[in-house]
Amino acid sequence: MDIDVLVVATIARALAFATPLLWAALGEVIAERSGVVNLGVEGMMALGAVTGFAVAFTTGDVWWGLAAAGLAGMLGSLLHAFVAITLRADAYVSGLSLTMLGLGLSALIGRAWVGRPLPDPMRTIDVPWLRELPLLGPMLFQGQYVLTYAALLAAVVAWAMLFHTRGGLVLRSVGENPTAVDAAGLHVRPVRYAAVLIGGLLAGIGGGYLSLAYRPSWGEGMVNGLGWIALALAIFAMWHPLRVIVAGLLFGACFTLAFRLQTVFPPELLTMLPYVFTVLALVFTAWRRGRLAFGAPEALGRAYLRGER
Amino acid sequence: MNPEEPLQPRLSLRGIEKRYPGVRALAGVDLDVMPGQVHAVLGENGAGKSTLMHVVYGLVAPDEGSMTWEGEPLRLRSPREAIARGIGLVAQHFHLVERHTVAENLALGFPDAPFWRPTRSLLPRLQAAAERYGLALDPGAQVRDLSPGERQRVEIVKALMQGARLLVLDEPTSVLTPAEVDALFAVLRRFVAEGSSVVFVSHKLAEVEVLADVVTVLRRGAVVGRRSAADGLDRRDLARLMVGRDLAAAVADRGRARAAAIAAGPVRLRLTDVRVDAPGRAQGPALNVASLEVRGGEIVGIAGVAGNGQSELVAVVAGLRAPSAGTVEVDGREPGSGRRRRGARSQVDAGVALVPEDRTKVGVVGDLSVARNLALRHAHRRPFARGMWIDWQAVGRVSQSAVEAYDIATPSTGTPARLLSGGNVQKVILARELDRDPGVVVAVHPTYGLDVAATSQTHERLLAAAGRGAAVLLVSEDLDEVLSLSDRVAVLSGGRVVATMAAADADPEALGLAMAGVSA
Repeated sequence: MDIDVLVVATIARALAFATPLLWAALGEVIAERSGVVNLGVEGMMALGAVTGFAVAFTTGDVWWGLAAAGLAGMLGSLLHAFVAITLRADAYVSGLSLTMLGLGLSALIGRAWVGRPLPDPMRTIDVPWLRELPLLGPMLFQGQYVLTYAALLAAVVAWAMLFHTRGGLVLRSVGENPTAVDAAGLHVRPVRYAAVLIGGLLAGIGGGYLSLAYRPSWGEGMVNGLGWIALALAIFAMWHPLRVIVAGLLFGACFTLAFRLQTVFPPELLTMLPYVFTVLALVFTAWRRGRLAFGAPEALGRAYLRGER
Repeated sequence: MNPEEPLQPRLSLRGIEKRYPGVRALAGVDLDVMPGQVHAVLGENGAGKSTLMHVVYGLVAPDEGSMTWEGEPLRLRSPREAIARGIGLVAQHFHLVERHTVAENLALGFPDAPFWRPTRSLLPRLQAAAERYGLALDPGAQVRDLSPGERQRVEIVKALMQGARLLVLDEPTSVLTPAEVDALFAVLRRFVAEGSSVVFVSHKLAEVEVLADVVTVLRRGAVVGRRSAADGLDRRDLARLMVGRDLAAAVADRGRARAAAIAAGPVRLRLTDVRVDAPGRAQGPALNVASLEVRGGEIVGIAGVAGNGQSELVAVVAGLRAPSAGTVEVDGREPGSGRRRRGARSQVDAGVALVPEDRTKVGVVGDLSVARNLALRHAHRRPFARGMWIDWQAVGRVSQSAVEAYDIATPSTGTPARLLSGGNVQKVILARELDRDPGVVVAVHPTYGLDVAATSQTHERLLAAAGRGAAVLLVSEDLDEVLSLSDRVAVLSGGRVVATMAAADADPEALGLAMAGVSA
């Protein structure tokens, strides 16, 4: 295999592989920016995948399926929001429970559909005009799914919303110092609810991509740890939507290469790399200067109660 | 109010009352703030100043009483309503997002900021406020890089941009350098010159004297005096009001009787040139060259405004922190041998008992039973421990007798400590710490939040411990308590022991001045 063919194919596949990671990680970035950690990504993706498949199978329309996938993820996150924000229970425990619940529930719901291919799955598209570009064309603009481009667009939109709108400012402030937001006469909990629900929506869409486009079928274990990788990705991107794109492609490339090079290179080393990167990112953000500029939101994982400092 | 006053008050409080379990934080406070006036609220820590400010800003709802704003009834359910009326608060602990820029912090507090790029439209307003009041700020600077004075400026500008006509400042000078204080006062003067009002909360007499038009003195939640600058403000008069003098006579009698006995007792606790460095490198040490001796049978009260080294002093004596320099001796020797073994355990074994400030978080383990909490301090020794095993029968026996001896109201010794009332939690702590006659007792705010009965019982226990020969170090913000229990009073200010005096001779005036950082 020529090296340029390998590079082109790897990047094209990395993009397809990274798409669910991008959706889920973006959602997690938004939720965590508001100060609520949600370890239920894996569960929400599974719920999205199975619901999306069931609805698409029944209605015959993948777009209805995708909407249902997002909604399912959102419902899962609503549970987490209620437990972690309203009841102020430990967000880490609640998120883990959501993962367990999502995996179990999706297996139960999905029994009837195991092993049945989706008759009319989401189609790949070629981007007109851009597909003709040498190298870049086959790399980025041929045979990809709309959801891949939508994920990139979503990252840019999320960045603009978070950093250039009033709503985004309030959301980030809630994650940094909820007391300041409260003292400014704004409400903390509705903002956190909204952020967690958006996070669930995006994780659900990421799950839907798996069962409607990437591998149009349903099987238990379909998400296969992607939710956890998305969580690591949110950390590695240091809670920034644009860095999510870069980090997502890097992670995607690692997994794609692990598959392609498995005859010449131990794949475990490459699939391990994303986690190594994540640990390095954690080390960097624990270091003082890194923490101030790039660290986790100050109030991450802490429920807000007026009167506590 | 003065009938010749032509204006109606901007803000008027009548009979404001706020009760917390066991404490009457505000006991019928009246206050009138006129336009164009700096109204100082003076009082010690715990006098109710902060609660009062929170009521005015809508953070705390009063139990009783009424407020009017420019003649109209005022009921606040949240800070947002206070802001809408034109009330701005500059809290003692700033409400700023450290990792955001100045402009972002301002936009957060500004309800009319546009949705898209909210910070941009603020810049002209920021410029205007900066020029009008002399408050220069770099809108692009990160708050985390600003000095405390600059952060305060952000808070002030935020309130001004929200259209505040009444600015409430809670201990605003505590974080400022002298030059910054002057600058702040200039801003406030310009602000009131426009007909706006300032409520200035402080315990620093010198500043109040310089800035205030009217001074209201709070003590134990009640207004104990009001002075007008027009009639002249006298520092000594204000100090006396703030500290109170009703107890002095009774203390004097008891004190003289005991002084002779104590002088003969051995020194049980001796601090020599103790220094504790603050975690931040920028500030000076939190406790600096503090030396203190406490004899057996003696109660030494530590007076002073919180944050002047009290918590470091307590931590060092209790072994929770190693001093950066100096020695802490108990009964003539340093507990533990060598630096490695120094710690709370060696202090406990040397006979140091601690009644901590935060009784529910530090004093007991809430989820453990009363019996286990009672055994905690000596769990590694007989009779509780037998080798590596705990003798639960002994724990049960000892805790049962402690519950009876200390009159702890609990359904059983197996009840989790967190279910007990504050007063009973304190009894559990006292029973545990004062058991087997400790040589040194450190009690921090021992009666904070307790009702009258529990307070007097706590006082009796501490006096009894001293009577059995313990050296007692009493840290309290309640000056009445310090004066009534102590034989000697030491005043901490800026991490130093600035004055020690016999409680019997303690002049509330001199004490108040020393606490306020004024050398008398």
